[in-house]
Amino acid sequence: MTAGDADSAVQRHKASIPSLKAKDYKSDVKPVWCPGCGHFGVLAALTKTLAHLALPPERVAVVSGIGCSSRLPAYLAVHGFHGVHGRALPLATGLKAARPELTVIAAGGDGDGFSIGGNHFLHACRRNQDLTYIVMDNEVYGMTKGQASPTTQPDWCRSKLTPHGTGIRRFQPAAIALAAGASFIARGFAGDPNGLTRLLAAAIEHPGFAFVQVLSPCRTFRPEQQAWKQQVHASELGPTHDTAQAAELIQRDDGLSLGLLYEQRIPLYAAGVAADAADDLTAAERLAAIEAEHCR
Amino acid sequence: MPGPRDASAPLTVAVTGAGGSGAVTAGLILLEAVAAAGLYGLLRRSAGPQIRGGESAALLRFGPEPVHCAGDRCDLLAALDWANHERFADEIPLDAGSLVLADPATGPPPAAVVESDTRLREMGFSSSAAERDGGRANMVAVGAAGALAGLPLAALLDAAGRTLADKGQAVVDAARACIRSGHALAKPEDRLREPVPPPPAVPQRWHINGNEAAGLGALRAGVRFVAAYPITPASEMLEWLAPRLERLGGTLLQAEDELASVNMLIGSAFGGVPALTATSGPGLSLMLEGIGLAVASETPIVVVDVMRGGPSTGIPTKSEQSDLNAALYGLHGDAPHLVLAALGIADCAHTVAWAVQLAWQLQTAAIVLSDQSLGQSRMVGEPAPATVPPVHHAAPGDDGPFRRYSVTEDGVSPMSVPGETGLAYTADGLEHDPAGAPSSRAADHAAQLDKRRHKLLAHDYGPDWAEITGAADAELCLVTVGACRGAVVEAAERLSEAGRAVRTVALRLLAPLKRQALLDAVGGARVLVVEQNHGAQLFHYLLAEQALPEAARALARPGPLPLRPGEIAAAAAALMDPDGGSP
Repeated sequence: MTAGDADSAVQRHKASIPSLKAKDYKSDVKPVWCPGCGHFGVLAALTKTLAHLALPPERVAVVSGIGCSSRLPAYLAVHGFHGVHGRALPLATGLKAARPELTVIAAGGDGDGFSIGGNHFLHACRRNQDLTYIVMDNEVYGMTKGQASPTTQPDWCRSKLTPHGTGIRRFQPAAIALAAGASFIARGFAGDPNGLTRLLAAAIEHPGFAFVQVLSPCRTFRPEQQAWKQQVHASELGPTHDTAQAAELIQRDDGLSLGLLYEQRIPLYAAGVAADAADDLTAAERLAAIEAEHCR
Repeated sequence: MPGPRDASAPLTVAVTGAGGSGAVTAGLILLEAVAAAGLYGLLRRSAGPQIRGGESAALLRFGPEPVHCAGDRCDLLAALDWANHERFADEIPLDAGSLVLADPATGPPPAAVVESDTRLREMGFSSSAAERDGGRANMVAVGAAGALAGLPLAALLDAAGRTLADKGQAVVDAARACIRSGHALAKPEDRLREPVPPPPAVPQRWHINGNEAAGLGALRAGVRFVAAYPITPASEMLEWLAPRLERLGGTLLQAEDELASVNMLIGSAFGGVPALTATSGPGLSLMLEGIGLAVASETPIVVVDVMRGGPSTGIPTKSEQSDLNAALYGLHGDAPHLVLAALGIADCAHTVAWAVQLAWQLQTAAIVLSDQSLGQSRMVGEPAPATVPPVHHAAPGDDGPFRRYSVTEDGVSPMSVPGETGLAYTADGLEHDPAGAPSSRAADHAAQLDKRRHKLLAHDYGPDWAEITGAADAELCLVTVGACRGAVVEAAERLSEAGRAVRTVALRLLAPLKRQALLDAVGGARVLVVEQNHGAQLFHYLLAEQALPEAARALARPGPLPLRPGEIAAAAAALMDPDGGSP
């Protein structure tokens, strides 16, 4: 499939359904999240995005791992998979490879995506399938009651597990995504639903692996993140298509700048995907030919 | 036991040599010649862990009847050289009846060969090859060994043409010249078999190894997505599948690790596309959490475990049946799933296809046990017929609202796939209610646990749960699994020829265990459980399931050496006649 095909797939979907509202993409399952959790903002922005893009719910699948944010699929009225810890991306990869016409979105938290699932993050960036990956980053493991995650500051001492802080440097999601070859890197803020909706729409429409880091405050274990509302700011340079520029931008960045940081159109993952067969054999004839290779 | 000159008894011919000597190529040509002569054959390979340059052995057993296992001894050894021969000494049992062809240019035979009291014939493989332009010693050995084993010269020449076709006509011509030379070097009085008359027509047979057969079974059943992480000795299945899946419009994706590959299968199957992967012990361990997710989310996936020596990295290039416990008990929680074992090389196709079908009928994970001795051994034999139709998911009906995990009479719930309007649900590894919403309520947990167990236990598996030979009123029943079946059946045949009534039951379906069917099959016979591992894993599983009669015994021996029919027959005879005597 080419980038053009992906664009036209979105167009086809838009044309095929009556307009749906954001609430039509919500399920009736009540979220387990704490009052004031940033993830509510992400859920709202995602349903608005799906409505804005007029994606038929049956053509959308949202796949997650384990953690507070990974509860997201159950709260949506699209196809969903709530899998095991850290493996949202491989599950999404298999689904997209098998069903390339679907819009597949992987979602989860910073522990799920950058720690236990860190290897998959690297390789999903490299693979450049047409997937969207939303990481709701609150710099803490919330579901297990407040342990340090890969994006936690090394001197954060409020976890009983690491009372002296982790002492290890923070995982740099955007820089690592860039180094691993992601073709779309953006940062949004759960408290900015309109800006986040624009970013998610661009990510879904981007033909390739689109990584969106969403700063999503944890009111319960990281109450100081309520200050993000005042601290976030637009990225100073705006999006760039130049990898070297993006590297410099991301390195100088304070981690609180919002917007599309990097986008590049590169070939979509196609290895192992069947090319149109040159012959006009039926599937049964092709299987018979394979059988015959071993029979003589 | 029939003597070596009995033309109906299978003959074992080994070719050994240092890396690059072409021992394996010689074995492949001999196997093709066996086919061209209208015979059946089994070619096992033994290689060390070296990437290149290690010594290797090709072990061919052939005869007029299908061959399913290694023999007790080696009739003919063609040693291209003696490099590291001691590593093969156990795998190539020589005795006074054996004949060894040795090239004097490579030095004297090792002490173990001399001490085995075997007949030695010096044969100038390398000097004869040197007389031919492009000649190679291994092809001289093919000619000599083929002649002594009774393979017609025409079959050997034909086989060289087929096997070496990719290398160009000059290579084929040189090989054929060397085969003629070798054939002429063999003395008629040394023949182990008189030349086989050429068959009126060469019968259509499978030329296949177990990894290829397993891949073919997957394609037959409709698998169109494979996630792959390389591992010995399963990689060949994945490599065989890659281009062929593509031809069928499917996809093979190389994953970053086995944690990824198993979850990719779940993604594909959730999307409605049948998915499979192949791995070995270490990879299976990494996949277990994902297999549990497939069980809990009721997503059909198939994992083929081509077993090797374990634990840990173990003996990657050699066979063992020591992953039974991992396959049966490795999942956390109460996680009923399917465990099957292929009973032979061709049966890899049938068992894998059946596993795919069962996984989709029952919406669960299936682990198929193969092993190195099946996966990497090549046979000329009868094809496994395609009996399993391609699979589909059980679509929801029109009766009432769609509830993905509804508790049904047979335990199988309706399943939708993305793209089907109005049937969206969230699959979940969390315990859930019938609609799929996460639930920690006791009633939901009990209902879903019951349903996931019930759907496996209530299913009618038909007669394929085991292969059974021998009379129902046998005095002894040999119960086995997987690749051991070949040697067990041959042992039983020998015992029967000696007047002992022996039945064999080879389990293809390990979980859920058809306990009553097994007890019925065993009847009143004493039982010897035969398996290739150190811990008697099958024996203990059957004991725990109360599927064995009193006084059952185990013959459990670890790899890497194959269980041989002779040792099984001896153990069986000892059990039947504890005071001595032989079959």
